[in-house]
Amino acid sequence: MAAGVAAWLPFARAAAIGWMPVANLPMPVAPAEKNKRQDELIVLNVSGRRFQTWRNTLDRYPDTLLGSSEKEFFYNEETKEYFFDRDPDVFRSVLNFYRTGKLHYPRYECISSYDEELAFFGIVPEIIGDCCYEEYKDRKRENAERLMDDQEDNKDAKLPNMTFRETMWRAFENPHTSTMALVFYYVTGFFIAVSVITNVVETVPCGSAPNQKEVPCGERYTVAFFCMDTACVMIFTVEYLMRLFAAPSRYRFMRSVMSIIDVVAILPYYIGLVMTDNEDVSGAFVTLRVFRVFRIFKFSRHSQGLRILGYTLKSCASELGFLLFSLTMAIIIFATVMFYAEKGSSSSKFTSIPASFWYTIVTMTTLGYGDMVPKTIAGKIFGSICSLSGVLVIALPVPVIVSNFSRIYHQNQRADKRRAQKKARLARIRISKTGSSSAFLHSKRNGLFNEALELTGSTEDEKRLSKSTSLLESQHHHLLHCLEKTTVSAHTLELALCHNNILNHEFVDEQYYQQSYLEGGLQNYPSRSPSLSSQDGVTGTCCTRRTKKHHTPLPNASAPAHMQPLTHTHTHPQGLQELSTIHIQPLSTSRSSLNMRVDEPAPLNCQSSQITTAIISIPTPPVTTPEGDAHLPAGPTHQNVVKVSAL
Amino acid sequence: MLTKTYLSLTDSVEDDFELSTVCHRPESMDKLQEQTKFTKKELQVLYRGFKNECPSGVVNEENFKNIYSQFFPQGDSSMYAHFLFEAFDTNKNGSVSFEDFVFGLSIILRGTINDRLNWAFNLYDLNKDGCITKEEMLDIMKSIYDMMGKYTYPTMQDDAPREHVESFFQKMDRNKDGVVTIDEFIESCKKDENIMQSMQLFDNVI
Repeated sequence: MAAGVAAWLPFARAAAIGWMPVANLPMPVAPAEKNKRQDELIVLNVSGRRFQTWRNTLDRYPDTLLGSSEKEFFYNEETKEYFFDRDPDVFRSVLNFYRTGKLHYPRYECISSYDEELAFFGIVPEIIGDCCYEEYKDRKRENAERLMDDQEDNKDAKLPNMTFRETMWRAFENPHTSTMALVFYYVTGFFIAVSVITNVVETVPCGSAPNQKEVPCGERYTVAFFCMDTACVMIFTVEYLMRLFAAPSRYRFMRSVMSIIDVVAILPYYIGLVMTDNEDVSGAFVTLRVFRVFRIFKFSRHSQGLRILGYTLKSCASELGFLLFSLTMAIIIFATVMFYAEKGSSSSKFTSIPASFWYTIVTMTTLGYGDMVPKTIAGKIFGSICSLSGVLVIALPVPVIVSNFSRIYHQNQRADKRRAQKKARLARIRISKTGSSSAFLHSKRNGLFNEALELTGSTEDEKRLSKSTSLLESQHHHLLHCLEKTTVSAHTLELALCHNNILNHEFVDEQYYQQSYLEGGLQNYPSRSPSLSSQDGVTGTCCTRRTKKHHTPLPNASAPAHMQPLTHTHTHPQGLQELSTIHIQPLSTSRSSLNMRVDEPAPLNCQSSQITTAIISIPTPPVTTPEGDAHLPAGPTHQNVVKVSAL
Repeated sequence: MLTKTYLSLTDSVEDDFELSTVCHRPESMDKLQEQTKFTKKELQVLYRGFKNECPSGVVNEENFKNIYSQFFPQGDSSMYAHFLFEAFDTNKNGSVSFEDFVFGLSIILRGTINDRLNWAFNLYDLNKDGCITKEEMLDIMKSIYDMMGKYTYPTMQDDAPREHVESFFQKMDRNKDGVVTIDEFIESCKKDENIMQSMQLFDNVI
């Protein structure tokens, strides 16, 4: 039921009075209006612009956002209005839909933003009114084509594991992908040109001996030309076979236009080879040589413009067909007329109607060779009419073809432009990505700062926290951190839990803290660490002890993989294998852990691996040098520097 | 001769122009409130709906049929809508203005039983001669059955309207003279429980 008509429902119900006296059965009970509330105005605040409408207007379409109870989610109690953080301009069209029952598409609006708004408000785009539907569909089609173009460009991206065949096919289709392909491309192009020029030059009359008549070069230098031809055909054959081999679908490839052209280009040569110098067939053989000219079509692989031309002609097939048909009609009519007009005159060239065809075609296309001219007055009159009409008939379909060509050509230009811009876009995206990951690292450090402060309670460090990240960022980083902690293998968990010694920790000196602060998720390549058991115990306990104090919502499975308190950042017993891309050179000391008042100087290496998505990778190979000293020289550890990976 | 055709041409153009810009404004709300039994708010709601569908202020028959058919997508409601139009268009000028609309609704929704029955009788009496003949009733009945459409369960018999008319006349026609007059109609309806009950339905439509 249409929108506005809903207001007439009371009328329709009233009109049912006509049925009452006629009815034999009692009527069903009418639905009761539970809360007969008066129609009220509701305020819709869309990004500051206030729209007001009756509640009933919105209720007309209960399966949309505004018509259903979904809008209550956007209700603002204080201001007693519904607030939507959307585009107010598009909202106008949306609201008008409720009011008038017709959805219009504003032409100046971007199609994707409009689609998004419609999707947000739960309106199906198919109900756009007839007045705007065509425009909408056109824009949508253009957008889809653009997306498809982009997707096709993406296909160019080199997949990691491509078979040799696929690589070859890619090289054939896009010569720019590798140098080999480019070389091949230019070589084939060169040989096509050579072949065509050879065919042309073959027929040029070369100088001859004085007593002989002029012979074309082909007959004079038969061997040379034959060799050239052979060489070209060799190259073409090899190319064709390679393409056939590399094609993903050989059947489809063989049916494609380009492959047919290839075949036609090389076939005459082979047929010529096979056929002997038989007198009967040599005539046919000569005809076959004509097909060699098709080699020039092989250039269309090399030229984008040619391909566009071909595509245009294909897409304008109907216009061309109309042109042909109308021309044929006109030719026949005028040829007949001219024939009968000129029949009277003697020595007329218009011997038959088909003979007049030639005159008509030449006249209609305004060529006017002059080999056939009418002599009678009637003939001349009709001849002039013929030439005038010829101009019209030919001029009419041509603009359609031209505009089609122009559209397709521009589309191609745009696609190329987008491809070029895409590279710049991707580079920008990459930069921003690395930026965000370095922010992550930074915040991790700061985050652990927080914990230290909790423990130490020192206020001077709070100042350092002034460069804190926004709430959103910090939550995001916490999430990444949780992910790190989640990915602990069961193996490491076991190790961690089986050791229970308590360990005392000292607070770290700021200096070392700063210098050698490294994230808890330190990396350990699965290294052979000596005397693990005791070390395990140490770290296991310290971690577990810390664990108890910690209240962060980390998965329990990663208890040992807790956020290491700054106080005892040590290499975690479990070797953490990080998914980073850049790793630091593991140093001999590599102990990023500090200040454990343990007697074991050795670093705590476990062989278990803990996978984190952490960016910082601090490899901790087995420490050989004793680092029992609490105040380790920061030097070695210092070099365990954090590096960023493109997470 | 030429001037005449020229004038007639311009006339027709002007006529078209006039028709397309016909704009009827209803009387003021106070007057309507006096004449009908609707409250101000109800009149407002009614007018808003009316004006939305008919911006020019009047409904012509085609529009009327269009609107009514939207409520009965299954069948063909054009005949019944035609009869309704005739009933609403009290001054017989081919269009239903807001006043006509509201007067009619006022009688149906806020009138007494007698008023309503009177109005229904008026609807049935196609030639407004004071009595309903079998043919008129048959037309009405057919139009009502048409609104149901073809796809009903159980399928409608072709002579269902006629049978219905027969039973109607049996009930209503006291003196068996083949026509139903207004008094017979009102009397018989008042005696029928079902009809009385269904008349109560209209109290709460607005």
